[in-house]
Amino acid sequence: MKAASTLEKVLSAGHFAVTAELGPPQNANAEAIKKKSAHCLGKVEAVNITDNQTAIVRMSSIAAAALALSHGLEPVVQMVCRDRNRIAMQSDILGAAALGCKNLLCLSGDHQMFGIHPEAANVYDLDSIQLIAMVKKMRDDKQFLSGDPIKEFEPRIFIGAVENPFADPFEFRVVRLAKKAAAGADFIQTQCIFDIDKFARWMELIVKQGLHKKTYILAGLTPVRSHRALIYMKNNVAGMSIPDELIERMEAAEDPKAEGVNICLEMIEKVKQMEGVAGIHLMPIGWESITPVILEQAGLLPRPQV
Amino acid sequence: MIVADRKPLEEILNSIKDYKKIMLMGCGGCVTVCFSGGAKAVELLASQITMARKKDDSEIEIVQCTPERQCEYEFNDAFKDDLASVDAVLSTACGVGVQAMAVQFPKLITLPALNTKFMGYPVEHAVWEEKCAGCGDCVLGWTGGLCPIARCAKKLLNGPCGGSSNGVCEVDKDTECVWQLIYDRLKDLDKLENLTQVREPKDWRTSTNAGQRKIKFEEAML
Repeated sequence: MKAASTLEKVLSAGHFAVTAELGPPQNANAEAIKKKSAHCLGKVEAVNITDNQTAIVRMSSIAAAALALSHGLEPVVQMVCRDRNRIAMQSDILGAAALGCKNLLCLSGDHQMFGIHPEAANVYDLDSIQLIAMVKKMRDDKQFLSGDPIKEFEPRIFIGAVENPFADPFEFRVVRLAKKAAAGADFIQTQCIFDIDKFARWMELIVKQGLHKKTYILAGLTPVRSHRALIYMKNNVAGMSIPDELIERMEAAEDPKAEGVNICLEMIEKVKQMEGVAGIHLMPIGWESITPVILEQAGLLPRPQV
Repeated sequence: MIVADRKPLEEILNSIKDYKKIMLMGCGGCVTVCFSGGAKAVELLASQITMARKKDDSEIEIVQCTPERQCEYEFNDAFKDDLASVDAVLSTACGVGVQAMAVQFPKLITLPALNTKFMGYPVEHAVWEEKCAGCGDCVLGWTGGLCPIARCAKKLLNGPCGGSSNGVCEVDKDTECVWQLIYDRLKDLDKLENLTQVREPKDWRTSTNAGQRKIKFEEAML
C-alpha cells in the first residue's frame, strides 16, 4: 500500500470505486462543508475537494478537506499549479498529509482568465506532470524536489491525476496519460463524459497499451438537470464533446431531472462494462444531493468494506 | 534591444550531430550589436564547429549567411535556394528569428545557437543590462524611469523590501537594488510623493500571463 487510503484499498481489492466532487464555499462557512458532506457520507470512497475551480476564490481545498475528514469522509485534495510555486506546494503537501489527507489530485488548474481575477499573475512553476513526479519523490524517495531529505514522516499520498479524452489531439491524450502514469499517478480521473462512444474509443487505446494496469481509471460523470446545461458546456467549456442527440433527448424529456439521472445511470452501466475502467467519479455540479440517489439506483450501494 | 548569449559549444555540437550539411544563419539586428549572432559571430562559430567535427572524423559542410533581420520573412527569402540544399539550419538569431524561420520553412529544422536573455542596453562597452520585461503596462512614468518589474527580483510595486542594504539587492551582491535607485532618483527630482501612495495590484493580463500577445497597427494595415 502506498498510502492505505480507503480509495486505494477499494481499488487494489478490485472493487468498482466511487468518488464524488465536493466544491468548497466562496466564504468561510464551515457548515457548508458539513452540509455537503452529509450527501456523501458512507456512499463514496472519497470526496474530491476542488482547488479554486474555474479560478473562482473558494475556501482552501486543504482546509475544506480537513473539515470533511472531521465529518467522517475521506478527501481527495485537489492541487492546481496555477497559484503556488514548488515551495508552497511541497509545504501544503506536508500540511495536508499531517492533517490526515491521503489522496491528492494533481492538476494544471483552470486559467485565471475564467475566474474572478483575470488580471492575476499565474505561477505554473511546475506543470501537472512535474507535480505528480514531485509528490512521488516526496513519498517514495523521501526527498524534496531539491533532493534534500525528508526526515521521517514523509507524506504518504495516493496520487491522482486527470485526463481529458475529449481534448485534442485525440491520440496524444493517450501518450499524455502514459506520461502521467510514468510520473507516478496511481489513479486517473477523466473529464466529464457525455460522448460515450469517443470515451470507448479512447479506453480501447488505453487498454491496448496496457495503461489501465499501470494506473486506475475513474470515469468522470456529470448528471445534468436540463438541456441548457449541456448547451452551455458545449459552447463555453473547451475540450468538451457533447453529442446533439443527448441535448435533444434532454430537451424532449417531460421530467428533465429524471432524464438526467437516467442518462447518468446508463453511462454508469456502459463504463462498468468497459475493460480498464476501475470506477467512477461523480461531478454533479451544484446538484450534490443527487449523488446518493444515483448511486442507490445504480446498485453501487452499500460500498464495499475494506 | 534584444540581448542574447551563445549556447555552450558542446550543446550546439550535440544539437547538430546528425547533420552533414547545415546553414549557419546569423542576424544583422540586435544580436549583431551584442556580438552574439552577427556575421562575425557566425564566422567564428562556423570555424569552431568545423574544427570540432574534423577532430571527431565527422566532417560537416557549413553554408553561412546573415540576413539583415531574421525576424522578417522577406530578408530570409533571399536565401531560400541555399536553404533547399541543407539538412538543417543553425540560427544565431534571437528566439524570434528562430521561430520566424521555423514557420517560414516548415520542412526544415531550425535549431537555436543562442539563449535569448532580455531586453536591455549596453551600460558600458560590451556589458548589457536588462531594463525592460515587456509587461505591457509601463510604470516608468512614476518610478523615475527605472523599472521595478524588470529589475526587482520580487517585481515589487511598493518596494524596497527588507533585503535592500547599502544599495544592493539581497539576492545578488552585484545587483543594485532598483528600489534604492528609484528612491534616490525621485528624491533628486523632488517627486518622492510618487512613492507615498499604495500602488494597487498590477493587471498582469498585459504581460505573458494571458497567452501570446499581438499588436495591430491599423493605419499601416494593407
